[in-house]
Amino acid sequence: MVNSAAAFLAALAIGLVLFFLLLPTLIVIPMSVGTSPYIEFPPRGLTFKWYEAYFSDPDWMAATWFSVRIAVATTMSATVIGTLAAVALVRGRLPGKEILQAFTLAPLIVPHIVIAVALYLVFAPLGLTGSFYGFVIAHSMLAVPYVVITVSAALQRFDQNLELAALNCGATRLQAFLHVVLPNIRPGVAAGAVFAFLASFDEATVAFFISGIEGKTITRKMFEDIDFNLTPVIAAVSTVLTLVSLVLMSTIEIARQRSGNGRLG
Amino acid sequence: MHAKPSAEGSLGSRPTSAREYGPVLSLLLVSPLVLLLVGGFLYPVGKLFWGSIFVPEATFANYARILQEPLFLLVLWRTFEIAFVVTALALLLGYPVALAMARVPGRAAILIAACVLIPLWTSVLVRSYAWIMLLQRNGVVNNALIETGLTETPLRLLYTQGAVIAAMTQVLLPFMILPIYSVVRNIPDDLVRAARNLGAGSLQAFVRVTLPLSLPGVTAGVLITFILSLGFYITPALVGGPSTLMMATLIGQQTTELLDWPFAGALAAVLLAATLFLVVVFRRTLAFNKGFKLG
Repeated sequence: MVNSAAAFLAALAIGLVLFFLLLPTLIVIPMSVGTSPYIEFPPRGLTFKWYEAYFSDPDWMAATWFSVRIAVATTMSATVIGTLAAVALVRGRLPGKEILQAFTLAPLIVPHIVIAVALYLVFAPLGLTGSFYGFVIAHSMLAVPYVVITVSAALQRFDQNLELAALNCGATRLQAFLHVVLPNIRPGVAAGAVFAFLASFDEATVAFFISGIEGKTITRKMFEDIDFNLTPVIAAVSTVLTLVSLVLMSTIEIARQRSGNGRLG
Repeated sequence: MHAKPSAEGSLGSRPTSAREYGPVLSLLLVSPLVLLLVGGFLYPVGKLFWGSIFVPEATFANYARILQEPLFLLVLWRTFEIAFVVTALALLLGYPVALAMARVPGRAAILIAACVLIPLWTSVLVRSYAWIMLLQRNGVVNNALIETGLTETPLRLLYTQGAVIAAMTQVLLPFMILPIYSVVRNIPDDLVRAARNLGAGSLQAFVRVTLPLSLPGVTAGVLITFILSLGFYITPALVGGPSTLMMATLIGQQTTELLDWPFAGALAAVLLAATLFLVVVFRRTLAFNKGFKLG
């Protein structure tokens, strides 16, 4: 049968591409639990000493907590700023709305290296390299488009009659927003917040340039260690980073499926 | 009465102000965003470009230098070449996957989607590191080649152009697959069935029905992949060598090693100009709220 042979070949080709896609994510896991200090596949023994090394190393821990603090602060500021802006961009009467929308997306389109170098140029003389506030400003700027996009989408689906009903019943604009609009767009806001967290926590290019000797994010520390000091500890750190991303993103995806918008892309 | 809410706000008896936020309030709501983008983005990027022309004095010498020194033209050319190859490979590998993801029934589609999304959600840094482990001298690929007897001595795979292309293709593949998938998913099955009923073979039905209808997704995927490849920093910096220097790495070197800010600004301006040119030419495929949801 020509057809089944063709179907088999097509399935095989797609299977190979999927293998190619998954391989780099999956390979770090066995590497992080192998006993050998060198790259060895398949790993011989099973050990958690690289995880222990990671969790007991003050440099790694300092970088991790620095990243977590930055990501949490970025999530809060980007979510608030992005949600307010989305309300105005979707519902507001604004002059030059289209230009503003394009401007909002600019940090997604401009190459990160350009943003990174530009921020370094401005931050260095101000002593903002390696500083918590410098990072929160930079990462909020990079994360805010994701919040605006997800919240805008949620606002466009929201049935405005509910808000009008609240206003007719005597609620103020603020009350209607807090008690009617916000609860209804909460899944969009939550998704935006998770995107913002990961945009900050996983961000590496800008972090590479605006880190200091003291203030180093986990991604900057990883970059350095990959370049100079390739040990299986990096595989352990990689696995932890991957787990954080996968858990957070799966939560969004599952929440989306539940709320009936179970479509990807 | 069934007033459907619309973005424009239908008029009628209700005051528009209930459906829309007034200009003053709206401006107030966007002002934190504008402040953040002006201070954290527009001003720094503007200062970088300003410096490329006006520091220490008004001159286009930095731009002339890019055009005069063969090394810089070579890097510029190589960046486009690598971006082109990566985009072509991603399209070639990604299209069938997107098609399968949209057409395969139930469980299998979820499985494919997971295989596409999991790498997308894995940090670029982690994946670049994984490619180093795979391609090193004593890495996974070389060990496998030696064990199967395909080669006696380990091959030099890392720090080559091939390594950069393989790693970048893997990192960017989901950005190609998802836009194509979201378009193909919405092509009604009936159209293909109609073509088949009218006597088209499956290949002919694909070439004359599915393929043309999927082109908007292909354009979006190609544009996003190409733009992202042009500005890639992390992956080429880690898995590439001196002979695979790309624009982003060159810009990084000019600032951190040579401290030549005006020249770095000129290089950055060229990279941004190329990117914006592509965005403007293909603006419609990147419309606001449409398919531009990157992980």
